[in-house]
Amino acid sequence: MSDTMSRPMRFGSNSGQPLTRRDGLAKVTGTATFAADNHPRNLLYAVCLPATIARGRVAHLDVAAAEAHPGVSHVMTPQNRPPLQGDPSEKPTMFSFRIEVLQDDTVRYAGQPIAMVLGETIEAATEGARLLNPRYETMTPRIALDQNEPEALEPGALGRPADVEHGDMQTARNSAAQGIDVTYETAPQYHNAMETHAVVAQWDGDRLILDMPSQALVLSCAGYAHFFGIPAGNVTLRSPFLGGGFGSKAIPTGPQVLAILAARMTGRPVKLMLTRQQMFGPVGHRGATRQRLRLGTDDAAALSFIDHEGVSETSSFDDFLEPAANASQGLYAAQALRSTHRGVRLDVGTPSPMRAPGEASGSAALECAMDEMAEATGLDPLEFRLRNYAETEPGTGKPYSSKALRECYAEGARRFGWSRRPLAPRQMQDADGMLVGWGMGTALFPCPMFAADARATLRADGTALFETSAADMGQGAWTALAQIAADSLGLPIEKIEFRSGNSTLPDGGIAGGSGHTATAGSALDASGRDVIRQLGSMAAADPASPLHGADNATFQARDGRIEVEGDPARGEDLAAILHRAGLEQLEGQGSAFRKPEDAENRAMNAHGAVFAEVKIDPDLCQMRVTRLVGAFAAGRIINPRLAESQLMGGMIWGVSFALHEKAQHDPRTGRIMNADFAGYHIPVNADIRDLEVITIHEDDPYVNALGIKGVGEIGITGTVGAIANAIRHATGRRIRHFPIRIEDLL
Amino acid sequence: MKMFDFIRPASIDEAIAAWRPGAAWLGGGTNLVDLMKTGAAQPDRLIDLGRLPGLDRIETGAEGATRIGARVGNADLARDADFARRFPMVAEALLSGASGQLRNAATVAGNLMQRTRCPYFQNPETACNKRRPGTGCDARGGVGDNYAVLGWSDDCIATHPSDFCVPLAALDAVVEVIGPNGAREIAFADFHHLPGTTPDRETALEPGELILALRLPAAAAEFAGHARYLKLRDRTSFAFATVSAAAALKIEGGIITGARLALGAVAAKPWRAAEAEALLTGHAPDAALFDRAAEAALSDAVPAHDNAWKIPIARRVAARALALAARGTPARMPALPASVFAAEEPAHV
Amino acid sequence: MSLSISFTVNGTRRDLTIDDPRVTLLDLLRERLGLPGTKKGCDRGQCGACTVLVNGRRINSCLTLAATLDGARITTIEGLAQGDALHPVQTAFIENDGFQCGYCTPGQIMSAVGLIAEASAGEDLERIREGMSGNLCRCAAYHGITRAVQQATRRMAEAEQEGTA
Repeated sequence: MSDTMSRPMRFGSNSGQPLTRRDGLAKVTGTATFAADNHPRNLLYAVCLPATIARGRVAHLDVAAAEAHPGVSHVMTPQNRPPLQGDPSEKPTMFSFRIEVLQDDTVRYAGQPIAMVLGETIEAATEGARLLNPRYETMTPRIALDQNEPEALEPGALGRPADVEHGDMQTARNSAAQGIDVTYETAPQYHNAMETHAVVAQWDGDRLILDMPSQALVLSCAGYAHFFGIPAGNVTLRSPFLGGGFGSKAIPTGPQVLAILAARMTGRPVKLMLTRQQMFGPVGHRGATRQRLRLGTDDAAALSFIDHEGVSETSSFDDFLEPAANASQGLYAAQALRSTHRGVRLDVGTPSPMRAPGEASGSAALECAMDEMAEATGLDPLEFRLRNYAETEPGTGKPYSSKALRECYAEGARRFGWSRRPLAPRQMQDADGMLVGWGMGTALFPCPMFAADARATLRADGTALFETSAADMGQGAWTALAQIAADSLGLPIEKIEFRSGNSTLPDGGIAGGSGHTATAGSALDASGRDVIRQLGSMAAADPASPLHGADNATFQARDGRIEVEGDPARGEDLAAILHRAGLEQLEGQGSAFRKPEDAENRAMNAHGAVFAEVKIDPDLCQMRVTRLVGAFAAGRIINPRLAESQLMGGMIWGVSFALHEKAQHDPRTGRIMNADFAGYHIPVNADIRDLEVITIHEDDPYVNALGIKGVGEIGITGTVGAIANAIRHATGRRIRHFPIRIEDLL
Repeated sequence: MKMFDFIRPASIDEAIAAWRPGAAWLGGGTNLVDLMKTGAAQPDRLIDLGRLPGLDRIETGAEGATRIGARVGNADLARDADFARRFPMVAEALLSGASGQLRNAATVAGNLMQRTRCPYFQNPETACNKRRPGTGCDARGGVGDNYAVLGWSDDCIATHPSDFCVPLAALDAVVEVIGPNGAREIAFADFHHLPGTTPDRETALEPGELILALRLPAAAAEFAGHARYLKLRDRTSFAFATVSAAAALKIEGGIITGARLALGAVAAKPWRAAEAEALLTGHAPDAALFDRAAEAALSDAVPAHDNAWKIPIARRVAARALALAARGTPARMPALPASVFAAEEPAHV
Repeated sequence: MSLSISFTVNGTRRDLTIDDPRVTLLDLLRERLGLPGTKKGCDRGQCGACTVLVNGRRINSCLTLAATLDGARITTIEGLAQGDALHPVQTAFIENDGFQCGYCTPGQIMSAVGLIAEASAGEDLERIREGMSGNLCRCAAYHGITRAVQQATRRMAEAEQEGTA
């Protein structure tokens, strides 16, 4: 396989083109089928009853009242729940959490399912759940970071150790000419994809068909198979479209397991769709953090040290720490770096990865702290960051696989007009008397690669089929992956049939970590080139081919042909080679790959710089982010149109983080009292005004054969800090918690 | 949602006859159906007013009073050019409420009857004296952003969420109602109740009474030249007010000869600031005067929750609304909804 | 109790007997009439994903009881294109990448069609932003949505002018 791993030359005309979405027509006509749009015959509706307290036990459920309601067919409670074959406390796959599936009557967090009602109609099942009218024995919940002791927890910081230290912190501290010591807090946030978690589950003997949004189709099958004691191959998961995921749809959840169980119990298809309110609890969230940042510089404003201590919440029964302090590890050159993570056990649902887990909240605090340090040194925030630009990865000294951050700073600043920024705060006003502030932040997101496989089938008619169980949750996999696939065979994209979104296809891996295009794309690319390699071998060995005797290593796929590099006249149509060999089709296999030595020896990140303008009413303190410019270097951009949308979406998540999102727990019950879109604010259209994204091209020969880094999450990083820094610049006020609201600026 | 009878009366008489305890009138449904979903409202019977004749008209009589039928849609009223010209801040308030979709469905009478957005009222598992008298008030000691600073009691600290009602209060609207005992009129100031010890009694409507129309007196149109609604909120749009104010002035020869001021989201009813109005009248409009008036409007304010910040912000919103009103009603009405960021002539970006 | 109602959905007359007055228009479309293009995002009028046109006006179908719709004319996302010819708003959403995951898209598009019919925003981006603020998009495709609505407004106005010229 080594030949397929060499750096490819790009000949296709598909990658790099701003194609509109291949699934666009389906999405604008309402024919794109999301999970809950499925409606098999004889369907039963399942409705969850969520706990309205966070700690205690369910003392009573009025099952008789629910059962008596016309149309209610079953009420599932801990008393009668059929057994599961797999222990819900176990973690069947690497991205699993202990789930709540009516094991007992204990309530561990508000929103935990405490019963499930099945009905012939959605109306009947919904009312049945209400009629259960639970009574609780309640205990005082712990819902704030100061309500339990921070402790070291084993899983560390999402793949990294909880504590990391590079350099000699004590010496760096002693040598610093000046320093800051600041603490930032971020609020609990909930993913809230527009499509709530849903499933339509159908059993056929011991085979299970799931229509369910999933960011990790094959992995999810393994998870569900575990609970139901069947081979993973017996589960078919169809997820052609996800109505957003943001990290919350990669793992099995309790309500979905219960709905599948209900389908097995009743022998009928069951549809479950969580309510918006039920999205606040059993399907993960971004835990609140408290981050202490100590920074010091020498006389030349070079960072001596960054010491970043993160405390974040986890549940009482499982471990996930928002790995915020990781953000300080790979960005700014400092003699000494230290990051620590501690967890506080609270009566909340288990947190989970939410778009830029750790990077978002860590960057928010770090970029503010960097501005505070810049201010202490008297330097412009951008100048301060440039003085501390890391040429190699801080701490490890590893070279970067590529890093066009300097270009991002320069181009972003130029487009924004940063050079006109007065250094002191509260200097700018617009014609309406609004205070104007400008702030910036650095964006960074790592470039993970996961495992994925793909299959390419070249057909006699010159078309090709590509297959992998990728997930399109809006990032554009249906389009970008097809572009990569087409290029691997040198075919125009119209000749490509791309099958995806179904677990029976080769494992497309996880749509997460901003690594899906790189991962599934690499597998697709390899599968196509496997076809070309086989065809090339056939042609080179065939005296009837113009390619006879040529070196397969010099072959290129272009315009439906294989040609000899440097001698394009010498070539042959793919279909002709296939035809002469008497083949109806030819299949190739491919897997995602990153050279282990590159993974080991290189630091790999996407980078960016975000510049923000805010306007704030000087008396009324209402804020609006009026301008955002983001410049990002993320390797090769497969589809600039879709990448720009992704980056803009991420930046708006930054607005949301900075100004809006905050779950509010009642201190007595622990229940989230703003668990809906009227109370839990995310930005509306009018919150967003001018938005500009610039991508800086990078050729990165190390991240993967395609040079793709990923753009899904980086947009949030940098943006949150840029907005807070702009608020500081507009008002002179430094707010050290998120979200920042009107009352903070009075 | 609890099961209910669904009645579609064809006349007002039929509607009145269909009412019984536990019944609810259904207008646009944008608030009631939502509350039925959360369980905060559990009517046994819904009486759909959609087929009642004559409730969807906007009429201006010979004396100049404007009568708005109960079922006139919020959006229709705001878009009625003649209405918006005569009562610009009412149109502004209407357009700053909710969303385009909700304004299309919601009716003016329903807007008067909408319930508080207090999260404890909305969620039936909590103690709420408004929803279930005598159970207590979990909002006190709870979380939430929209609590009162005026007129609240130990039993209830909720606020009225309406934008529309704020200028109606300022302009002395009248509510025409009909019920089993015949028709009557209720002055707007008397329509919504402060909680006292009976927060469940939110309005002056007697059981079985139905709103037929709202009336704005001719005198209300005299403020058309200097009238603004200003809404402060946590998002630029589609959010309930943090604080809002409707301010209207009559200015003759450089002197304020009439003033109206009402505040929204500060109390269980739209808060008419009569002391402030008295203070304004007879003086030349200037910033210091508006500050004094705003001070007077909030002089009795006491935080009901950890919302002491709301008092100074309410003062500033009141003063700003007065200043905007003094500057004159914008030429294009309705302008962009009454956001802080709605420049009178919005820039084309 | 059963309620008889008649209305048209996407031009087709439907005579229905509704056995449950609690059924909303949204659930009626999705679960009983086989029209799942209209989406449920919050079920409480707080997100706009369920937007449809009733008698040409945009409303939240999740807060509309089906029983109230006797005689109404309902248009959903499935009824917007004329055969293979997309509505200008649909085309503009594709061209301006006015969506990512696509879940809020039917509601965004129906809302945009309603907004353009209201003729209150024109091509003014700030008014379009305000007018589309009843439709949340968690992917945050607002930049593309705003431009799509602006483009569709312009093209529809141009087409109308050509039609009358």
